Amino acid sequence: MPETTTTPAAPSAAAAPAVRRKTSWAAYTQRYGAGTALVALLIFNALFTANFLTPANLLYVQLRQAAPVGIVALGMAMVIATRGIDLSVGSVMAISGQVGALALLSGTGLVPAVALALLAALLCGLFNGTLVARYGVQPIIATLILFIAGRGIAQLLTDGRLQNVDDPAFQFFGLGAIAGIPVQVVLLVVVAAAIWFVARSTPFGRYLVATGDNEPAARLAGVPVRRVKLIAYATSATLAGLVGLMEVARVSASDANNTGLGMELDAIAAVAVAGTPLTGGRISPVAVVIGALMLRLLQNTLIAHGVSREVAQMITGFIIVAAIYVQRQAGEGAG
Amino acid sequence: MTQSSPSPPLLDMRGIRKSFLGVPALAEASFQVNRGEVRALIGQNGAGKSTLIKVLTGVYKADGGTVTFDGRPVAFDSPHAAQLGGIATIYQEVNLVPYRTVTENIFLGRERRRFGLLDWRRMNAEARELLAGLDVHVDVTRPLREFSIATQQMTAIARALSFDAKLVIMDEPTSSLAEHEVSVLFDVIRRLRDSGVSVVFVSHRLDELYAVCDRVTIMRDGRTVDDRAMADISKYELVSKMIGRDLAEVRRAASRAPHQAEAAPVIEASGLELGQALRGVDVAVRSGEIVGLAGLLGSGRSETARVLFGADAPDSGEVRVDAEPVRFAVPRDAIRRGIGFSPEDRKVEGIIPQMSVRENLTLALLPRLTKAGIVDRRRQQQIVERFIERIGIKVSSADQPIRELSGGNQQKVLLARWLCMNPRLLVLDEPTRGIDVGAKQEIQSLIRELADDGLGVLFISSELEELVENADRVVVLRDGRNVAELRGDQISEERIMAAMAHGAAVEAEDGAR
Repeated sequence: MPETTTTPAAPSAAAAPAVRRKTSWAAYTQRYGAGTALVALLIFNALFTANFLTPANLLYVQLRQAAPVGIVALGMAMVIATRGIDLSVGSVMAISGQVGALALLSGTGLVPAVALALLAALLCGLFNGTLVARYGVQPIIATLILFIAGRGIAQLLTDGRLQNVDDPAFQFFGLGAIAGIPVQVVLLVVVAAAIWFVARSTPFGRYLVATGDNEPAARLAGVPVRRVKLIAYATSATLAGLVGLMEVARVSASDANNTGLGMELDAIAAVAVAGTPLTGGRISPVAVVIGALMLRLLQNTLIAHGVSREVAQMITGFIIVAAIYVQRQAGEGAG
Repeated sequence: MTQSSPSPPLLDMRGIRKSFLGVPALAEASFQVNRGEVRALIGQNGAGKSTLIKVLTGVYKADGGTVTFDGRPVAFDSPHAAQLGGIATIYQEVNLVPYRTVTENIFLGRERRRFGLLDWRRMNAEARELLAGLDVHVDVTRPLREFSIATQQMTAIARALSFDAKLVIMDEPTSSLAEHEVSVLFDVIRRLRDSGVSVVFVSHRLDELYAVCDRVTIMRDGRTVDDRAMADISKYELVSKMIGRDLAEVRRAASRAPHQAEAAPVIEASGLELGQALRGVDVAVRSGEIVGLAGLLGSGRSETARVLFGADAPDSGEVRVDAEPVRFAVPRDAIRRGIGFSPEDRKVEGIIPQMSVRENLTLALLPRLTKAGIVDRRRQQQIVERFIERIGIKVSSADQPIRELSGGNQQKVLLARWLCMNPRLLVLDEPTRGIDVGAKQEIQSLIRELADDGLGVLFISSELEELVENADRVVVLRDGRNVAELRGDQISEERIMAAMAHGAAVEAEDGAR
């Protein structure tokens, strides 16, 4: 599914000769590079990695590991579509995880605990969005505030202590499965489908892309650019909060120091590596999911074949740089 | 004055040619500046002024022609080289380092040293002395941004003088200055001239040119069309040379009956003020009426349009829609009242480049195109196809990205963006700029047709011919104020030009001398 659908009916007006879009190697790589790499990795692993093609490995190791990054990256993609960036997602995960754990331990019950955690995340998103949309703070600076302060807030909530959470109903969020499919994977699919639908078929979705593509023009066309940005940052933070809860549930403990650490970079990488320009104006949930899966599988593959974690990270970093280079090339080609 | 100076000019540019992607920006342009002279350089947008200056200062490389400066042929390959060669440029937006001190800004790049260390004492003293020569007395050790724009400009001039500049180019230096600051700047310019430095002064404010300049070079369409002493040319002649209309040329279609003259205005603005740009503008548009808004660059035309549409908030003044006072916070508010706006710069403020024609056309309409919150694709496609056919937009399909269309077709899509909303008023800022003749005619007759059906139109154009042909009434602005209003048979290029030049709709004969 590409990010825009084509409408078959051609208008009756005299058709001008369409300018041929340049299909350079860069444009191709930008579009299909991550997907091609994902397929190549799957084939490689199928041939050379023991026990790779088993449902248990694919679902409960590969997909379940990739899903959290994927969900956060989907929110990130909305922010990036508006030509923004959200550095605070990792810290928001920690805040949400801590709030959820604290609420559970103080006996609020499952539903209020989850609601409180998501509310905390939403407030973080509104804070980011207000700074960017209302006060015109550069996104990278605005979200840097919670990137730094947010983890501090999370640590303050529990004096930095690890909290064990062993509520079985809560653990379902991290360890459970629906019809044999891990909860995280189900959520990834649901969120991706929802964003895909919203982006494609609602005025908000089109405003999101228009705002990132040409904000002054969008404003003059009546697009409520401030509200659009506010919603994008709020969604990004709420999704991060959801994933923060899932991580706490998965390890049955909330750790303000480590929950979501480095998540912002993984999420941005997942968005960028699959060809979404960081300059805004595009969103493709499918590409984001492919990007997240590909990066995770790449790391797992390298580690499974004896490459050390450090070297695996370097290789991942190199691939991200290459993806961004390709993006620039393709961008120049399109004029 | 140096009209009779027998010595060769300080600067002599001849036969300068420069094209961008095959489009000529300068065609055989020439430019001379004498020693100790203040030279005005004027022309409309796209006349080639800034390209000429950029060729001179080494930003661009000319495709052909010769430049002689201070007796030697030169071809600077960077602004820095031009600066070292004795040509300093002061831009309208001061290009200094706001967080560094005044002294640092003056000496940036050639700091005075002593034993390999920076000699602050000496630099500060020299900076103070340079500025005192311009009658500016400030603490030179404070960051530049703490001072007014005027002082920042003086710092830029001091920096130029510290390079022993022989020629100082000032590109619209007064655009962000208050009135008393302008007169200080003029004193400095005169002082520079008296000390033998030549000044090139670019401005759109005619009064300023007459106040401070000795000679004027007029450019149009990449050529130099005249070079005269300021004292020998009337404002009227200046404007007509700049715009390129002959004095006697009159063309107006058979005068239309001012049929809607008595109707109540759709929109009415009075006393609009906005910074230095608007200082009291009144304008009203009735339904079925095309009101032309004329004026030179910087007269406040575009600013007026933006205020009417809610894109900018005025400092004071009132806007009424259907006699009801309104205060638009954002364009969306104006759109809700049935107003549409086509901005001056289509690429920057009009199109959403990566989106399709379909999406660009229906962007403003989207809220009305939804069923249960979801965009009704079928209706959207119907509307788009209807307008593509009705206006004759040439596209391969409605899904073609708008950036691939020609300028004329992009403009038609932007017009359709508003027309599909059934607007009551369209504000069009240079709707036919940069599009081919055929599309221009089509757009003009479309606008006429729509007005005959009751649409009110505010039509901004730099082309007087276009205003004369299309407008029922023409409001002329000058320096952010109304100076004339012409209707029916009064509308002629001469009268509009006279008002733009003199600030009053005096008869052309008086102005032409």
